[in-house]
Amino acid sequence: MAIYFDCNATTPLDPRVLEAMLPYLSGPYGNASSVHRYGRAARDAIEAARVQVAALAGAQPSELTWTSGATESNNLALKGLTEGAPPTRVLYAATEHPAVLEAAESLRVHGWGVETIAVTRDGLVDWSAFEAQLARGPLRLAAVMVANNETGVIQDLPRAAVMVHAAGALLHADAVQAAGKIPLAQYWSGPASGADLMSLSAHKLYGPKGIGALLVKSDVGLTTQLHGGGQERGLRGGTENLAAIVGFGVAAELATAELDARATKLRTLRDRLEAGLQPLRGITIFGERAPRLPNTTQFGVAGWEGEALLMALDRKGIAVSSGSACASGTGEPSHVLLGMGFARAVAFSAIRVSLGVDSTEAEVDRFLAVFGELRRQAAA
Amino acid sequence: MIYLDYAATTPLDERAFEAMLPYLRPDGLHGNPASTHGPGFKARAAVERARAQVAALIGAEVPEIIWTSGATESNNLALKGALEFRGLPKAGRAVHVVTSRTEHKCVLDTCRQLETLGVGVTYLKPDRLGFVSPQQVMAAITPDTVLVSLMWVNNEIGVVQDIERLAPLLRERGILFHVDAAQAAGKLSINLETTPVDLLSLSAHKLYGPKGVGALFVRRKPRARLAPQMHGGGHEQGMRSGTLATHQIVGMGAAFDIAVGDFERDVTHFAGLRDALWARLRNLPGVHRNGPDGSAGQAAAPHLLNLSFEGVEGEALRASLPEIAVSSGSACSSATAEPSYVLRSLGRDDELANASLRFSFGRRTTMADIETVAGKIIRQVQWLRGLSPLWKP
Repeated sequence: MAIYFDCNATTPLDPRVLEAMLPYLSGPYGNASSVHRYGRAARDAIEAARVQVAALAGAQPSELTWTSGATESNNLALKGLTEGAPPTRVLYAATEHPAVLEAAESLRVHGWGVETIAVTRDGLVDWSAFEAQLARGPLRLAAVMVANNETGVIQDLPRAAVMVHAAGALLHADAVQAAGKIPLAQYWSGPASGADLMSLSAHKLYGPKGIGALLVKSDVGLTTQLHGGGQERGLRGGTENLAAIVGFGVAAELATAELDARATKLRTLRDRLEAGLQPLRGITIFGERAPRLPNTTQFGVAGWEGEALLMALDRKGIAVSSGSACASGTGEPSHVLLGMGFARAVAFSAIRVSLGVDSTEAEVDRFLAVFGELRRQAAA
Repeated sequence: MIYLDYAATTPLDERAFEAMLPYLRPDGLHGNPASTHGPGFKARAAVERARAQVAALIGAEVPEIIWTSGATESNNLALKGALEFRGLPKAGRAVHVVTSRTEHKCVLDTCRQLETLGVGVTYLKPDRLGFVSPQQVMAAITPDTVLVSLMWVNNEIGVVQDIERLAPLLRERGILFHVDAAQAAGKLSINLETTPVDLLSLSAHKLYGPKGVGALFVRRKPRARLAPQMHGGGHEQGMRSGTLATHQIVGMGAAFDIAVGDFERDVTHFAGLRDALWARLRNLPGVHRNGPDGSAGQAAAPHLLNLSFEGVEGEALRASLPEIAVSSGSACSSATAEPSYVLRSLGRDDELANASLRFSFGRRTTMADIETVAGKIIRQVQWLRGLSPLWKP
């Protein structure tokens, strides 16, 4: 049996989500901007989903803008906040997803100072360095992800928010990996301790690919990045991706309703997996001492190459990753682990296991058995 | 309900839907196409098959197809990406773009955005039928012109621009040529092997594919270069980042593959419906056809018919036909009460521009639908005119 332990790259669609999407894929529903009856039905479905997805973070539906995915959300946040503003500084945590990192770096040509926020070996923001960095000059925004896609490390976002706001700047939070795995309301609500913008993605929480959202607090002005048609109150043009939006809504509602049960199950399985790894020599679990997502473990195996191990596991029908799917095949070690201060050789040895709601104890045990066997073969 | 709004969006073709389903089911085909393991490779293979299917409809090379979230993104990427790659706009250098007044809203909005950055934009005024002639385009070219953007088929009136004659002229002058083909794909034959367009936007949901996916053709020889507008991960040869939505891409591929196979039948069917409805309605007094009629020298897309009715208001007429889904212009502007800027550009006065209906036909439209619709329109127009103090027969 194939084992899929790469749920931070993408999750399978929940069959209940598919059921909800089917009428909107094959049914007579029109363009949501059309005023005739089909168009109105499409519009109603989109607004119902807006309520469901906003509820993931305890946000107002009016704070939510649909996008084609988290990459677009992150780009819209960073570029939309900086376009036309007098260039100052933009900060992002050293462990951010490539979509935040590269969007931030693209601002340099427009005169912005772009700096990384240092993190500790546990993957957490280095608070004293951050404090000093904030004081060094004017700032437009800082981007700090809620939970990291590779290590699963969860940041103390309210603390970052208070500091960033005190510096007169805005905080963007990439909540793609956190959504559906931990409660998000504490990272959004509250004028001082909540983020000002937040990215969400459907396909990381058993929804469809190709749909995401950006939450924007009502007092934050954002410049449109996709022009035309005036959809999403002019913030994001383009015909709405109806079926995917409906799917995102249902996936979000299920995630909210089942959050505790999912987290408990995932944590039990992840702890079982890590307990199975502990006796093996030369294993480093990254971010182990920090708060982490319940489904994620990323570890290094001394003397091994993660990509080779990944391929060996794949041949045994086990899908894991060495880091971000977006960086797969680039031959570069994880910037997340380098940012946490690990040597390149250690970063190259990383394997990320990300479990899903359908993962089982038997799969974890089979993973451990196959992994142990591969190590014995290598040692022989 | 009779749906005659296929230019706004088409229903998903059942065959495309069937092709998508395995990628929506938890059968091991849900992987991230960027992942380097079994499920990832399977997803990647499906994405590449679809890329070849889309390329085949327009005579492109497979790697010339870049996936996007839809035609709006394709148009944004083409225009902004082409200029940004050239480092434009740049202080001290004049930059000029040529387009037309009747482009889709997303091209016009992008051009207006470029204007705020200092780009000079010429918005050509089409003739009475909506044509922008190649001579007119070439006459607007200045030494600063870097890009021309023109739609192949207009979404409101169906006018077909002479892209085939214009493209070589622009190539000769070294000017980048972008064509919005969202309404053209599957409705007229496109061969980019022989038509030297540099950038071409495509949409899936206008051609019986799913919403939320589109493509941009980016020519390789000579290479059209673009600066990415969405960063992160370096997908799609670095031109467009973001996890590829496998099922949507598979659906677009299947839809385009079907369009290749059904092309002749589709075009004949659509044109037959269009001509039949016009034949019924042209006998009403005070009916004006907006755009060309498809006769020699009046190239028109087969699937569109746009009419203005004297003495009635378009919205009132539409509201009096609740069982017929038509639009009074582009779906994108239907929330605004403004009369169609496309019709106004043709020289229609506000009254006639307001009194317009766009009928657009699809694979499921029947001749019986046309009979029903024609009958109802004639009755409603006569009834509304009877109420109008302005109508003088």
